[in-house]
Amino acid sequence: MILMMVPGVVFLALFFYVPILGNVIAFQDFQPYLGITQSDWVGFQNFIDLYSNPDFWNALKNTLVLAAFQLVLFFPIPLLLAVMVDSLISNRVRKVFQSIVYLPHFLSWVLVIALFQQALGGAGFVNNMLRNFGMGTIPFMTNPDTFPWLITVQLIWKDSGWAMIIFLAALASVDVALYEAAAADGAGRWRRLWHITLPSLRTVTILLLILRIGDILSVGFEQFILQRDSVGAGAAEVLDTFTYYAGVIGGDWSAGAAAGLAKGVVGALLIFAANKLAHHFGEPGIFQSKAR
Amino acid sequence: MAITLPRLSPFKSDRPAWKERPSALYQTLKGVIVVGISLAILIPLLIVVSTSLADNKQIIASGGYVLWPMHPTLDAYKTIFNGSLMFQAVGVSVFVTVIGTAVALFTTVTMAYATSRPTLFGRPVLLLVLFTLLFAPGLIPMYLMIRQLGLLDSLWSLILPGALSAFNFVVMRSFFMNIPAELIESARIDGASDFTILRKIVVPLSKAVIAVVGLFYAVGFWNAFFNALLYINDTAKWPIQLVLRTYVLQGKSLTANQLGITQMPQPQAIQMAVVVVALVPILLVYPFLQKHFNKGVITGAIKG
Repeated sequence: MILMMVPGVVFLALFFYVPILGNVIAFQDFQPYLGITQSDWVGFQNFIDLYSNPDFWNALKNTLVLAAFQLVLFFPIPLLLAVMVDSLISNRVRKVFQSIVYLPHFLSWVLVIALFQQALGGAGFVNNMLRNFGMGTIPFMTNPDTFPWLITVQLIWKDSGWAMIIFLAALASVDVALYEAAAADGAGRWRRLWHITLPSLRTVTILLLILRIGDILSVGFEQFILQRDSVGAGAAEVLDTFTYYAGVIGGDWSAGAAAGLAKGVVGALLIFAANKLAHHFGEPGIFQSKAR
Repeated sequence: MAITLPRLSPFKSDRPAWKERPSALYQTLKGVIVVGISLAILIPLLIVVSTSLADNKQIIASGGYVLWPMHPTLDAYKTIFNGSLMFQAVGVSVFVTVIGTAVALFTTVTMAYATSRPTLFGRPVLLLVLFTLLFAPGLIPMYLMIRQLGLLDSLWSLILPGALSAFNFVVMRSFFMNIPAELIESARIDGASDFTILRKIVVPLSKAVIAVVGLFYAVGFWNAFFNALLYINDTAKWPIQLVLRTYVLQGKSLTANQLGITQMPQPQAIQMAVVVVALVPILLVYPFLQKHFNKGVITGAIKG
């Protein structure tokens, strides 16, 4: 059996644990031609430089704004969808609708943005219609001020169906007898919703909220890198794209590593904090249920 | 017991007895939402396929994108496949997806099975995998690692880092843990080695899960774009997503030279044809994904 674990362990070592150690270059003035062992140590200088870098703060600001949009606008939608789909009577309609609605999850971001571009872009479907009717065009995809809304709409289009599945699974596990008994006692549909349906979603929702909050600094990456040129870095730069553009493209490896490391550490702290919060609400949290 | 009057109606309904009949307003609202969402998803896909098949006249007349091709033509497809660009891109994507999925399934199945039974070092290894769910090593260190391994500009840089996804691992392990211990034990008593048990008993029992996880990996490999952007500089080795990005998103036009032809169909038709090439494999694979995708697999994953 130990032999069986070798491929996986080799993979983990090469592509996860050793690279994590590689974050040490965040504390160096890393020069690729010198390598890790020969580059100078600069302690926390890179982090101090980050704090005085306006591009970093811009990226951080964008990350938090977009995370807030996602949390408030995107997160509830799959839940609502699940409640609605669960109340659909016809099995056929339910199956067909589910198939349609989580299809976009399997499309690549490149594809999704291409689709959005041909619908909402300057030369796209909607703007063509507007032009035909003599009205002015609307710069959906290039306006930096409405960018957070665009991002959220894209995310909703692509992933609500998929996120809905988890909630649906939770809803499906509710014992029908509960509903029957409640109806027998005279509870109408809204009371049943409030007292049975929603509480059954509580554990899953809190779990997902924790994961989401812990992950808050990761608002996505491909989605932004693909649109950064259309709306400008001011609106589209998030922490991950900052790491890429400063570190890889700009060649400032240590700065990029520092940004990445800062994000990773803060993210981990957030997950632990959110988990503690969940315990406070009486939920098992993510570690207990996983440790089997 | 609630008394419900039987509905004297020729229309059979799936509605259970305890549910009230919803108001017409509510029904209509639900209907509108369901149809609306479905259209919002299906129509853009329809436009993409239609535009790729439409003839030049119709595209020019409608201002760029069409809903339904009146005189369908395969010109756009013939054009993009005339030169070597598309063939190479599709070839790269297919190679990475097929080999990648095989490597990933091998790694995931072995790891998942080994950690699903009490094994020496099983617990620590499990924690090692789950730990990866919480952090990511970071872009820069990964790039340096790939460079260190000499994989820059190699297709293996697109395959190997994706060999184990913690999510897929958890799904598979949950399934393996539910396999009755008696089956494994009786094989062991008969003298079978761990590998034999895995091959002859566990895998045949797990076809559905392996299919689903395999499809998840496959879709992941097919859709990957950033790793290629990061690690691959040789344009002959670009996967289809990168080609898609360059020529559709960034709007670079494919020159007649690159395509090896003399007359060009409308740019929208060409762009949409490229999109369709990236899209079709996903659509083809989707029904299979659906078939194996039952609640059991996912609920198991959630609990685990």
